[in-house]
Amino acid sequence: MVETIRATSEEMVAEAITSAYGQDRAVEVAGRGSKLPFGRPVRADMRLETTGLAGITLYEPAELVMSARAGTPLEEIEAALAANGQMLAFEPRDLAGLLGTTEGSQTIGGVVATNLAGPRRCVAGAVRDHVLGIRAVNGRGEVFKTGGRVVKNVTGYDLCKLLTGSFGTLAVFTEVTFKVLPAPETEETVVLHGIDAETAVRLMGQALGSAADISGAAWMPAALSEGGDCAFLRIEGFGPSVKARRHYLMETIIGSAIEATVIDAEEGRALWRNIRDVRVFCGRWGQAAWKLAVRPSDAPALLQRLSEQTDGEAFIDGGGAFLWLSLPCPGDAPAGLVRSLLPEGGHATLVAAPESERAAQAVFQPLPAPLAALEARVKASFDPKTILNPGRMT
Amino acid sequence: MRMPTPDPLALGRYQQLIGGLRAIVPGEGVIVDERELAAYESDGLTAYRQLPMVVVLPDTTEQVAAILRLCRDLSVKVVPRGGGTSLSGGALPVADGIVLAMSRFNRVLDVDYQNRTARVQPGVTNLGITRAVEGRGFYYAPDPSSQIACTIGGNVAENSGGVHCLKYGMTTNNVLGVVLVTIDGEILHLGGGALDAPGYDLLGLIVGSEGLLGVVTEVTVRILPKPETARAVLVGFPTNAAAADAVATIIGSGIIPAGMEMMDRPAIHAAEDFIGAGYPRDAEALLIIELDGPEVEVDHLIERVVAIVEQRQASSIKVSTSEEQRLAFWAGRKAAFPAVGRISPDYYCMDGTIPRARLPEVLDGISAFSRKYDLKVANVFHAGDGNLHPLILYDANQPGQLEAAEAFGADILKMCVKVGGVLTGEHGVGVEKRDLMNDQFDEVDLDQQRRVKDAFDPSGLFNPGKMFPLLSSCAEQGRMHISGGALRFPNIPRF
Repeated sequence: MVETIRATSEEMVAEAITSAYGQDRAVEVAGRGSKLPFGRPVRADMRLETTGLAGITLYEPAELVMSARAGTPLEEIEAALAANGQMLAFEPRDLAGLLGTTEGSQTIGGVVATNLAGPRRCVAGAVRDHVLGIRAVNGRGEVFKTGGRVVKNVTGYDLCKLLTGSFGTLAVFTEVTFKVLPAPETEETVVLHGIDAETAVRLMGQALGSAADISGAAWMPAALSEGGDCAFLRIEGFGPSVKARRHYLMETIIGSAIEATVIDAEEGRALWRNIRDVRVFCGRWGQAAWKLAVRPSDAPALLQRLSEQTDGEAFIDGGGAFLWLSLPCPGDAPAGLVRSLLPEGGHATLVAAPESERAAQAVFQPLPAPLAALEARVKASFDPKTILNPGRMT
Repeated sequence: MRMPTPDPLALGRYQQLIGGLRAIVPGEGVIVDERELAAYESDGLTAYRQLPMVVVLPDTTEQVAAILRLCRDLSVKVVPRGGGTSLSGGALPVADGIVLAMSRFNRVLDVDYQNRTARVQPGVTNLGITRAVEGRGFYYAPDPSSQIACTIGGNVAENSGGVHCLKYGMTTNNVLGVVLVTIDGEILHLGGGALDAPGYDLLGLIVGSEGLLGVVTEVTVRILPKPETARAVLVGFPTNAAAADAVATIIGSGIIPAGMEMMDRPAIHAAEDFIGAGYPRDAEALLIIELDGPEVEVDHLIERVVAIVEQRQASSIKVSTSEEQRLAFWAGRKAAFPAVGRISPDYYCMDGTIPRARLPEVLDGISAFSRKYDLKVANVFHAGDGNLHPLILYDANQPGQLEAAEAFGADILKMCVKVGGVLTGEHGVGVEKRDLMNDQFDEVDLDQQRRVKDAFDPSGLFNPGKMFPLLSSCAEQGRMHISGGALRFPNIPRF
């Protein structure tokens, strides 16, 4: 058991990192640990927990902005937002069921550090599109800030983007400020039955590029869905608008040749929570879960190659922008095979797998050498001694 | 404007530089004639002028890479330039450097309607992208006011906004990928086809980096289906505070308008005198609230907005019932800058952003500065996102007025920072606000940014003298002002 420091203030974080910097000690950075098994295993001399740095520090609903200390539980943030009819529009995923950690135990710092957005990603952007400001401690133990608390801000480099999704390898967040948005008044989901992936992706693309203004677009094969091969298209917003857009979607885009049913807001919320949290692959211990990102129109062919050349099962999210793939492991389908099946411009992340697999394989898509060299220089500009989460992103 | 002292060694390599550039870009792509160079001596911030050593106009990414390697080897500085419409001096040349003008990169390469993306060269204008896709019912959302002239490459450099960014985001939220050429001539693909590229989000860092990290030679943007309909509401208020309260109530009730603009009494009167848009002259503040989307939704929200402003002391309410009327509501706002230019020989435009709740006190503060400096001011304001554009009226021919306007502007920006806001919402830091950066960031913050800069450009050859305070800077501070007669793009509406 490595030494654990539970920081309760920004000063404590700075002190801990300054001391680690001075002694060349590697630090594993953690919130509540819900996503620690995501990424490559970290070998650290000590662990720094931010759970003691908790609490919402600013919330102005009319200005669509909230600030919270990094260790603030996500449930606390979502509850405060819900009380004001607002939400995190990027729809944070809870992957605890995939990762074998405790459900409902995320911190806002961890959400920002992993940039994990849900089904609304394809229209509302990722976590990185909603982060406005960050206070953090870099690998030298220095407290710095970037961004601000206003939406419109171009003052200096946008280091928020760089820090979001950096898995604690550039700096330890102490406080994050983010944009929040009104939660939709209501929602409906149109389910298309007996539809193959290719037709589904084409129709979802048309819907995303139309006045139907859908905010979720997923496809499940019969093996993963009770109702056979199904596509799900979510429409959110104001009551009259949702109704009108559903009508438009069904009349103009889908037509009468495809069997379509509509599910209401309550049932829909449960459905999209399942898609968001990749529930269909939960509990498959010993299996690997991959997230593949491609151009949506490349998704059906990739799905075909995966079914021909692996023993995996997969479903589509984001209108085709993402495929979630479950594969037996170890060994049957190493990273090399999965990545060799990707179309040009696609990339694959091994989100969940036993530790030995994550140690043996490239969890994140390897970068071309010049880009990797530049990223290493950027990393060094924050963490020159590579003491923050060493190895996690490599 | 103080710029870094020219490097005599770089200046001494002039012949080598010209020879090298001509070997890379044949024909007329290398400009050395002083009269021709003059076209590049300034950008939208015309108060500052500087001839570069040479201007080069490459045609290909490979040429850009070769030019950057040459400049690195000769220690010659590089100022990238798009449409040259920057209001913060982002494309101001340096005496010991080249201007790398991207105007020949003017093609739309590929539009992918199924995946809703467009791949374009950086010299394509912002409006050019929309023009290329509107036939199929799509558009590119960020719409800086200079959109007929500004280029997407410049938008990427400045993370440009516009009046619709409350709902649709800024450039950074609408760019999916770029091709970036580094100072070592390496060609990197950041993002592109698939979302959420692996590794650090260098794409997010490049957007808004003001040409200090590399040169972008290709941009992939997200295109959106054009909203079915748009309508606007024009509302007069007896006080600024009532207008600010209405804005807060609308957003707090869950409505995100496509655009929400505010003007104060001097701005209303200037616009009304200029084009007679039908604005209420008796109002202290005016709001233009635009809703877009499906017709049913727009009608529904208009009703709700009208109900809200009625309860917030609105003194007049007009709802557009036709596209002509909607455009007429906007005409006064879009003409606000030239309207102010008409009533004053010169004006100085600021670009701070504030937390919206602080608006009444900030406007009071601006009025107090106005009395202190004895200069008039008109305020136009992207009310939805808190981005203020105070226009300080002055006459450069009156001794002391220019200096007073500059001090007035700096006071406004410092006040924006003090109430929790920032120095610039959409115009960029450039040379203009470089020396105010210490008011928003401490040295640790700035050092972290400088180290990121060093990771890309260790010799500091890209766009020197911009964004960061000069180390030796003393009381002299960055200024931006627009002279009535010298506005570089007089026909572009500025808002």
